[in-house]
Order: sequence, then structure tokens, then C-alpha cells
Amino acid sequence: MLGYTDKIKEISERLLKEGKVDMVIGFKKGTMPMMNEPCVIKKAEDAGKLVWDSNCGINLANYLTDRKEKIGIIAKGCDSRNIATHIVENKIRRDQLVIIGVPCKGMIDRHKIASMSETEILSVTDAGDEIIVKAEDSEKTLKKAEVLQKNCAVCTHRNPVIYDELVADLVEEQKDADRYADVREIEAMSAEEKWKYFDDLLAPCIRCYACRNACPLCYCPTCFVDESRPQWVGKSTDPMDTRTFHFLRAYHCAGRCTDCGSCERACPAGINIRVLTKKLEKDCFESYGWEAGLTTEDRPPLDTYKLNDPEDFIK
Amino acid sequence: MKVIKIDKKDWAGGLGKLSDAYRLFGPVKDKDVSDFKELAAGELPDFDFLNTNLSAKSAVFPQNEVMFEYSLDESQEDHHIMKEPEKDYSPRAVIGIRPCDAAAFLLVKRNFDTPEYKDPYWIRAYEASTFVGLACNDPGKTCFCTTAGCGPFHEDGLDVLIADAGDHFLAKAITEKGEALLQAAGWGAEADGGQIETMKKAAEAKISSTVSTDSLKDKVTTELYDASFWEDTAFACLNCGTCTYVCPTCWCFDIQDENYGKAGIRMRNWDSCMYPLFTIHGSGHNPRGTKTQRVRQRFMHKLKYYVDKYGAGIQCVGCGRCVRLCPVNIDIREVCEFMNSYDPAATTCKAA
Repeated sequence: MLGYTDKIKEISERLLKEGKVDMVIGFKKGTMPMMNEPCVIKKAEDAGKLVWDSNCGINLANYLTDRKEKIGIIAKGCDSRNIATHIVENKIRRDQLVIIGVPCKGMIDRHKIASMSETEILSVTDAGDEIIVKAEDSEKTLKKAEVLQKNCAVCTHRNPVIYDELVADLVEEQKDADRYADVREIEAMSAEEKWKYFDDLLAPCIRCYACRNACPLCYCPTCFVDESRPQWVGKSTDPMDTRTFHFLRAYHCAGRCTDCGSCERACPAGINIRVLTKKLEKDCFESYGWEAGLTTEDRPPLDTYKLNDPEDFIK
Repeated sequence: MKVIKIDKKDWAGGLGKLSDAYRLFGPVKDKDVSDFKELAAGELPDFDFLNTNLSAKSAVFPQNEVMFEYSLDESQEDHHIMKEPEKDYSPRAVIGIRPCDAAAFLLVKRNFDTPEYKDPYWIRAYEASTFVGLACNDPGKTCFCTTAGCGPFHEDGLDVLIADAGDHFLAKAITEKGEALLQAAGWGAEADGGQIETMKKAAEAKISSTVSTDSLKDKVTTELYDASFWEDTAFACLNCGTCTYVCPTCWCFDIQDENYGKAGIRMRNWDSCMYPLFTIHGSGHNPRGTKTQRVRQRFMHKLKYYVDKYGAGIQCVGCGRCVRLCPVNIDIREVCEFMNSYDPAATTCKAA
């Protein structure tokens, strides 16, 4: 994805200069290795701050919710699918947007790369299909394919599904990815094993809600865990309340989740929280042949009904 | 106070002796993540960490703490009466706390232990604790303690400072509590204190990250409050509570009653100024209804209101956790610079 940055700057500068948009939402270079910060650019002369590399894992569709301006937005495959979902769910209008599509080759897993280094990492740089990791006393070259975020490794929609501009030629989609190996492993467990697995999975949770807040789907004006009149869920880290939060949140995302991995990337406790939404994504794919956000024409399966629905699942 | 040499082969034995007199807390690793936990019998603190993910504040101020218990069963004579549960305030030792986290307790103390108001839970737990600090020989790239009123070998708030000197530890008793702990562990071989000073200088020289805070107190609060940079600073913020939960100096909590059938507890839980619920009124009005207002509150509290109220520096010890763990890389060092160098005249349009 080398060279994307220049094109992103060029397009953004042009859109702002020509007054086609009021702002461009993208990424600027972060202050930490493997971190870029979502940012908004409002003046053409500031477009130079925009960057693109393998550390743009946060889903920018999250920053569109209910905005009124005319917006240019940088969108990799998953961002574009969440933008489509936002349009379908009336959280933004298509005619407000100029979508600057980024054919994506995957984001790197910052938790994994950090855990691979004995000492603190000083810098991580993209070099085509390789990633150069510099630490205090070492320099390692890693194959990018081996350190991708888990969702990116099995992504089959790297190219944006809707866009107005493209920063590069479309990339080849991954065809042989086994998308649901991790879910099948859990499905094969006995009830007791599953219980233990989920208990272990959620034990480090501190209820900070970074997963929920990083998710473009979680835009409810008041989340069910924040309802106070009446209050539905306890506020402590009691395992039952923590489970309730995570399971219910996952179900709210069923048929809408694009597996963008923002939740997992944002988690400060390093929880592989994606496995929950992934299971529901699998169910929607297998039951309805549905993948979220591929079109702005259809509503998600759990958000619609058909008069001729056979309803044969009701026993 | 004297400096003791502890041979590493005597470490486990000493801790074993300590566990007779103290409940021991220390950093332990679970799936690559270090955090403070109460140590099981025979369990050793794992010193292979830069700093724990969550600060050590939970040793005194747990994320969830039961304040009262009650019964709603009207057949009981004491129904609906709040009763304080039995709690264990026997001596506890926090082994391996970083100097920044120990210094943070002194900042938090200004809130929980004042002449007008004394928080009994915090004070009892704090007074029961002996803090055995682990000096930072190799501070991290995001550690800015030396310009945040602290340092890798900082002693304020600690009872003992331990420095790892290869095959042995050097332990400096800072308070009488600390001296008593070293005695209880059976560590008594006196050593030359000069080596700690040398190590301290070397560690301080490794700190590469700094903040400037000198002008904060002179800034006009309302001008900073209205500064134009807040909107851009807050743009990326997800309004999760990560920064506040991992922070050793964030002290806010919420009080909740939880009932299980006819039994109930009144508990306090960490709360966060990042959440809309933190400020929402009974009327439904929220005086801090937007993300930008909440982000501003967090930084203004730490870097302006606290500075003005106590005249004792910023409400931050430079541990760098919020910088490392923020999902979208909002960096307090940058915000501090915006605030410290803010010049309202420079952002106001001059009359033509």
C-alpha cells in the first residue's frame, strides 16, 4: 500500500479546494508505533497531514454517525461496508459523502507484534509485503501476511464496495481464506468447554466499552448497559453482567457486522472479542447467504420480513 | 535510612516469611498482560514488565467495592438497614509497585483524605498497606515521569524502594513501615547506598519523553476552556473509559445498589468522565452532553483545575498508560503542550 498516502493527500486536497466537501475524515500519523489517529481535515492546506499504512485499523464509518456536513471519507473495504450499512440504517446520506476508496491489503495486529518483541518497539514500518520492526536492540523483518489482524487474514472484501474515488487499482480478493475456522473450533466444544472458554475470554474485561465505542454499529443514543431508568445490567465486573454486556452487544450486531476488527483492535485488555460477532456473521452467511454492507439496496436479514417467509424454524 | 542487599536466592524465602504477617499483592502475568493481584500462597510477583496494564490503584481502591449489605426480607428484624460488611484491613504489602503508581496515591489522597472529608474505605486500605516499590532501570518510551513530578527511582509514597542490581536487589527503607517489612522478611545485610544513586542517575537519563507544565497555572481557565483545539483533539476519541480506568490518579466512582432476590449490596464502582451517564441529571439534561465537552473535562481536571486547586502540580505522574492503551492514540503529552502553550491572542482574528 506504499504510495497510497500521496494519492489520498492529492484527492483530499482537491475535494476541499473545489469545495466538494466540508471535511475529509482520515488518519494522521500517531505518536506511538502501530498507531494512527483518526482525524478530520477541514482546510486544503492541511491535507498533507493525512497518512495511510497498515496501522489504519480503526473503522472510520464510526465517525460519520448523524453528521450533517458534506464529507470526504477514506474507506478501505470494511469501512465502505459499514458506510453502506450506515446509509441503509439512515445514519448518513449517500449524497453527503465522497467516498475515497482504498483497496486494502490488510492491517497488522498490534497486540501480536508487540508480544513478539522482547523489548519495547520503537518503530514499525511498511515495506510492501514486509513489515520492519525496530526495537531497542534489534531489527526484524516480518512477513506482513503472518502478522495481519485475524479478521484481515480471512477478509474476502478488501476492495471498497462503494466509492467515488479510488487511490489505487483494485487488489485481488483472497479466495482460499477459511473464514470460520476459529468459530468452528468453538462450535465443536461441549457446553462445559464453551462455558469455560467464554469465562476465560471475558475474565480480563474492565467494562471500559472500548469495543462498543469503536464499533460503527453501536450508535444507540443510550446503550442498554447505560440505561438507568430502569437499569437493566449491573455496572460492576461481575462475570454475569460482563457476559450479558458482551453477548447482548454481539446479538445487536447480528447481520450488520462486517468483521472489521475495530472492537478487537481497540480492546485495552487484548480480548479476542471478535469471536462473538464472528459466530453471528457466520450464521447470517450460512442461513441467509448474507454478508453485511455489500449493497445499499437491501436491509439486513434480522431487520426485515417477507410475507411469504415459510417460518419453518418455528416448531 | 539504610540500604539492604537482598540476594536473589533469599527473595522467595523472604516473601514467604512476609506472607505470615502481610497479605501480599504484586504484578502477575496472564496471557502476556501484567496486572496487580493478590498473590496466592507461594506465588512470586513477576518483575518482567515495563508497567502493569491497570495501575496499582486497585490495591487500595478496587474497581468494585461493597460498602453496605442489606436485606429486603421484612420477616427479618434488621430489614432495610444498611450494614457494613466485615472487611480485611489486616496489613498488606504491595510488592513491585512502580514509583509512579506509589506517587499517584499521594495525589489521590488529596481527594480521599481531607480535613473536611475522609473516605473510610480508601483510608483504611491505604493505611493497611506497605508499598514496596520496584525502581525502573529501563523506563519506557512513553514514560514522562521526570517532568510530571515523579521519576524512575522516586521515593515519595513508597515505604521501600527496591532496585534490581543483577544477582541481587538493593532495598532502601524509606519509612518505618518499610523498615519493619524488611525486618519481617529477614533481609538485613546492609549495603552501600551509593549504587542506588548511580542507578537512579542512569535511569533518569534514559527518560526521553517530557511534558512542559510551567505555564498551566497562569492560563486563564475560561480561555483554556474555550480554546479552539478541543474539537480537533476530541475528534478521534471513542469516549470509552480506557484512559480513566488505567490511570493511577483517576479517582471517580459511582454508587449502585444491587439486589439478588431479597439480599442487596450497596457498592461503589469506578466511573469515568468519558461516559455520558457520568453527568446526566435526573431531569434528563446532560451538562456535559458532547464528546468534546467530556474530553475537555478530563484534561482540564488533570492539567488545570487540579493545578489551581491544590497548587501542587498536575494530576498526573507520567506513567504513560493512557498514551499506550488509548485505542485511537489520543496523547496527553500533546494535549498538555496545547494547553501549556495556548495563546488566545494567536487564534483570535485581528480587526482589519
